[in-house]
Amino acid sequence: MDVPVEYYLALSGLVFLIGLVGVLVRRNIIIILLSIELMLNATNINFVAFSSYLGNLAGQVFVFFALTVAAAEVAVGLAIIIALYRHHESINVDDFSLLKW
Amino acid sequence: MLTATLVVALRNPIHSALSLLVMFFHVAGLYVTLHAEFLAAIQIIVYAGAILVLYLFVVMLLNIKREEQFNKQGVVAMFLGFVLLAETVLLGISRGFLIASPHAPLPVQAGASVGNTESIGELLYSTYLFPFEIASLILLVAMVGAVILTKKGIMEPKS
Repeated sequence: MDVPVEYYLALSGLVFLIGLVGVLVRRNIIIILLSIELMLNATNINFVAFSSYLGNLAGQVFVFFALTVAAAEVAVGLAIIIALYRHHESINVDDFSLLKW
Repeated sequence: MLTATLVVALRNPIHSALSLLVMFFHVAGLYVTLHAEFLAAIQIIVYAGAILVLYLFVVMLLNIKREEQFNKQGVVAMFLGFVLLAETVLLGISRGFLIASPHAPLPVQAGASVGNTESIGELLYSTYLFPFEIASLILLVAMVGAVILTKKGIMEPKS
């Protein structure tokens, strides 16, 4: 199982890129949140790859914290989406150009 | 990789959430190959079990119609992504990563020879005890915030 660490880095970079393009391109808020999850996963792959490469477990602990933060972010983000949907009957980003209701 | 692309590309939110699920399983497999078994289990339980269910629940709850896929700045964003991809590939080539790794990769040290979970737990509860508590606080705040945001009547404007 000797995969060079560069492959993991390339994969994580590509996944991060896909997530970034997803955030920029899509207009559905839920998919934007999914793309943010994609980016967080890319950083997690990076962390674990380096942690295993350097033989240091701190990277995996950091992934643990990133996971908790991702879970919190998902909860709050989905709550915001539901609140927005109640107000506007839409989750299209282009409809939310106002900063006040 | 492919499923990650599908997440962004698919039109129906449910389909893209499901492809994200497949992608989470692939990432868990990557963790196993990287000798991080505890994180692989956590990845499946937390991401695939909890977060994806939350997403699917909201998608079903909101009952979204098919709509336009990309927004107006899509061309610009595609261009930006293309430029970033080209930069990554160029950098990789110039550093010799993608052609052939010039040096033999260091042997992957088994960071934890005695039980991955045990050593992570020891590290978590000794060195990273304070961030651990902060993480619990973050979860508490997120829970309260989610409840308050979705509760009817609190966020309504006074009329």
